[in-house]
Amino acid sequence: MHQTTYHRASSISEAVKMLKEAEDGKFVAGGQTLIPTMKQRLAAPSDLIDLRHIGELKGIEVAGNTVKIGAGTTHAEVARDAALAKACPALCHLAAHIGDPHVRHMGTLGGSIANNDPAADYPAAVLALAATVHTNKREIAADDFFVDLFETALEDDEIVTAISFAVPEKAGYAKFPNPASRYALTGVFVAKHADGVRAAVTGAGENGVFRAEAIEKALVGAFEASALDGTTVPADGLMSDIHASAEYRANLIVVMAKRAVQAANGG
Amino acid sequence: MGIEGIGARVARKEDKRFITGLGRYVDDMVVPGMKHAVFVRSPHAHAAIKGIDATAAKAMPGVIDVLTGPELKADGIGNLICGWMIHSKDGSPMKMGAWSPLAVDRVRYVGEAVAIVVAETRNQARDAAEAVEVSYEEMPAVTDAARALDAGAPQLHPEAEGNLIYDWEIGEAAAVDEALAKAAHVTRLKLVNNRLVPNAMEPRAALGHYDMAEDHFTLWTTSQNPHVARLVMSAFYNVAPENKLRVIAPDVGGGFGSKIYIYPEEIVCLWASKRTGVPVKWTADRTESFMCDAHGRDHHTEVALGFDADNRMVALKVDTIANFGAYMSLFSSAVPTYLYATLLSGQYVIPKIHCNVRAVYTNTAPVDAYRGAGRPEATYVLERTVETAARELGISPAELRRRNFIREFPYQTPVIMNYDAGDYEASLDAAMRAADYDGFPARREEAKKRGKLRGIGMSCYIEACGIAPSQAVGSLGAGVGLWESAEVRVNAAGTIEVLTGSHSHGQGHETTFAQVVASRFGVPLDQVSIVHGDTDKVQMGMGTYGSRSGAVGASAIVKALDKVEAKAKKIAAHLLEADEGDIVIENGEAKVAGTDKSLPWAQVALAAYTAHNLPEGMEPGLKETSFYDPTNFTFPAGCYIAEVEVDPETGHTDIVQFVAADDFGNIINPLIVEGQVHGGLAQGIGQALLEGCHYDPASGQLVTASYMDYTMPRAGDLPSFKVSTTNTPCPGNPLGVKGCGEAGAIGSPPAIINAITDAIGTNALDMPATPQKVWAAMK
Repeated sequence: MHQTTYHRASSISEAVKMLKEAEDGKFVAGGQTLIPTMKQRLAAPSDLIDLRHIGELKGIEVAGNTVKIGAGTTHAEVARDAALAKACPALCHLAAHIGDPHVRHMGTLGGSIANNDPAADYPAAVLALAATVHTNKREIAADDFFVDLFETALEDDEIVTAISFAVPEKAGYAKFPNPASRYALTGVFVAKHADGVRAAVTGAGENGVFRAEAIEKALVGAFEASALDGTTVPADGLMSDIHASAEYRANLIVVMAKRAVQAANGG
Repeated sequence: MGIEGIGARVARKEDKRFITGLGRYVDDMVVPGMKHAVFVRSPHAHAAIKGIDATAAKAMPGVIDVLTGPELKADGIGNLICGWMIHSKDGSPMKMGAWSPLAVDRVRYVGEAVAIVVAETRNQARDAAEAVEVSYEEMPAVTDAARALDAGAPQLHPEAEGNLIYDWEIGEAAAVDEALAKAAHVTRLKLVNNRLVPNAMEPRAALGHYDMAEDHFTLWTTSQNPHVARLVMSAFYNVAPENKLRVIAPDVGGGFGSKIYIYPEEIVCLWASKRTGVPVKWTADRTESFMCDAHGRDHHTEVALGFDADNRMVALKVDTIANFGAYMSLFSSAVPTYLYATLLSGQYVIPKIHCNVRAVYTNTAPVDAYRGAGRPEATYVLERTVETAARELGISPAELRRRNFIREFPYQTPVIMNYDAGDYEASLDAAMRAADYDGFPARREEAKKRGKLRGIGMSCYIEACGIAPSQAVGSLGAGVGLWESAEVRVNAAGTIEVLTGSHSHGQGHETTFAQVVASRFGVPLDQVSIVHGDTDKVQMGMGTYGSRSGAVGASAIVKALDKVEAKAKKIAAHLLEADEGDIVIENGEAKVAGTDKSLPWAQVALAAYTAHNLPEGMEPGLKETSFYDPTNFTFPAGCYIAEVEVDPETGHTDIVQFVAADDFGNIINPLIVEGQVHGGLAQGIGQALLEGCHYDPASGQLVTASYMDYTMPRAGDLPSFKVSTTNTPCPGNPLGVKGCGEAGAIGSPPAIINAITDAIGTNALDMPATPQKVWAAMK
């Protein structure tokens, strides 16, 4: 790792100020992507501004039909939150299956979606839940937030503060992990809303997380796994690597979508 | 045999320091004035070096020096060698390309060392290494061994035309072809044995220290055989004469073969220490381990196995292309020849066998022995072919094997090996019982109801361990003898130190060897210490690999114990005024048989050292040395049965049962043997399902250079193993032991693949059987 200077911010405004003063600074939350990247010398920020000790970024609120999760909430906290488990158990399930215990106790929701790794789990949930991403500057609809691989609508000094979403009627998440990294080789989050079905796919798309139209259409009539029998998704635009061809990922999208629907329907 | 003697389930003495973090590994070593080294490595698979400019790097903070290949050559440091001569079938010697410890004018694989940077801190050395400007002219690369033989393929070494190192054969091709032509049935397969990265938990490391006052070098290194390292570095690499070079291999965190070899880094650290005047330490990071440790396996094979009308095997023909990587590693040449083709008879009577092996250079990391070394490749070829044949012939896989088992010993195979003992039916029966083989059809039906495809697969392996009779291997081209040494020192107060030429890097010698000694004299285990891994302490020895430490290393200890016991009896007889022949040493006493006269063991030892009252003419002291040369290999064998369930929608394989029935001969410590089997199975299952080293064929870049892409087996990937042993003692060594370190990795891959192919109903499947591959095979 190259030399870097560590700063601990205690408020969002202080974090923004610290970034402005740094030569080539970076925000860090759980650091589960950034720190390994720095160790490999693929990133070398002059300054690290730690967001983990900012109280206003923490916490999970379930109020009526709305869920709001602070960006600094760790995966482990999301996984074990009792109120969230009633409102949207699929999200707890998703968080409980990210990485390993170390990752889950360090990594945060905000860090995950701000990084927008094409194989991360949270982007699928945020997109399928039609969540709103709150930042220190504005609110961004999930549909507008994820731009491309590792690219979001965030500006350099913009910090994700929370996500919020309306509790769906039903939701489920199923992923097929990459055998080596255990990231999603293909993960599908399905959510049945009052106004329709959204199905978001992570791990598979060449441009990162995306909504699978064929899956959504098939589920509009009946939110049942069997409604996906015979559904196919095109391999065009899907990633191909040593672990999975685009064709294999196209197959996994349908299989994981079925399993996600089964989970949403109570197993 | 007491509670802590041979056969007892003694917990490992060494584990206390390992699990409390008190192990001392090379990277823990600190020498006054020590500095840190980082290697500049080739980012290209194949390129000419047009120049190296280290001016900027040398001016960076903390940098002591940057040294390159031409300087190394100028100081007379020699090229790395392969120490086992193989001749092609036309009689020509193998074609060894020059391998300089630091590349001089060309690099041939990604990660090849080009320069060493020595600096005050590791980070400073890394910073400076990035500032070394190497001017490369890229050349086309080839990573696949079969493609490297094509006309027009990129050429690696001027010494090896067409990238061919040797074209070797064993057996008579014409006779085998004739028998296959006449056979009632011939099963043919094309198989790939996937390339593996060893992934020892402890990365390789070296600390070189040149002492100017004594003109003497010390090397701390992660080695399985420190004496061999010293010998090779003295005799071939011109680092220092043996009496001026001490090699210490302290606690070593796993080797699996990859720490047998002498690598460029340790040579360069020693040389750099003399050049810079400071002790130089290098520890590989994980990426370097992936790129630069000797890889394992990587064979392409075509096989044909012929049967007569009674389903008896008549002939086996095997044609293998072995990928050697960019350079010939220390023992690489022996692996796909004498450690591979000589095991192709397996557990079966096969009257005629022919095997042809072409060894090929490619732009990849060097390949050498990795847990099993040739024997897993042989077992995979034979056991996949036998299982496939059973399916083609419509006969049960167990019945086909039974019909062809060797049943009379000794048995001379057509491929050199002479099996001394075995009972293959016993392990087959034991495995089938443990697996409830007969209940499988019902389990398959039940799985079907859950939407899962269930399959069962078998593998009956044999291996040659206890490597090896020196004269025999010498006649086959080995550059060294493969005996082992031991010195047993009884101290004046009766405690015992054993200096062994074997080296423990996870095997548990500090426990098992002590059990052998404790058994002999009936002394407590904690009064016996095992000393190893330091050329200044221990007499010349050959180290640990090829499951040889029990069969060869412990046999040397037994021979030394024989001498100690004989002298101790003479002393006891003299003191007790009895006949030497009547003295028995047991339970910590020397007794006169049939009387109540005895002496405590400690008193016999003390008498040897006070020398106040010894038999006339006897030298004082109680310390004996033995060099034991085995008379034959040993032949562990067994039967493994895997049962799997495949998810037809995703191709994911779940191992639902794994049974191992091994015949290791006599067992010194069942607890340690079970641990060895578990570890071997994990590695074999890793190869079968998960691990695959992948180079990009166009660029030659290593794609699987981290755990993000290279799948190591995790606990959750493995079932709870059912292991058991049957026992036919080895007649060839005094303990009757055969060796257990590699069996799991040898026998398990074909069992797993046979089970998956049984589940999915096609034989066209290569390792690793990843979900994607299984899914594609089902389509």
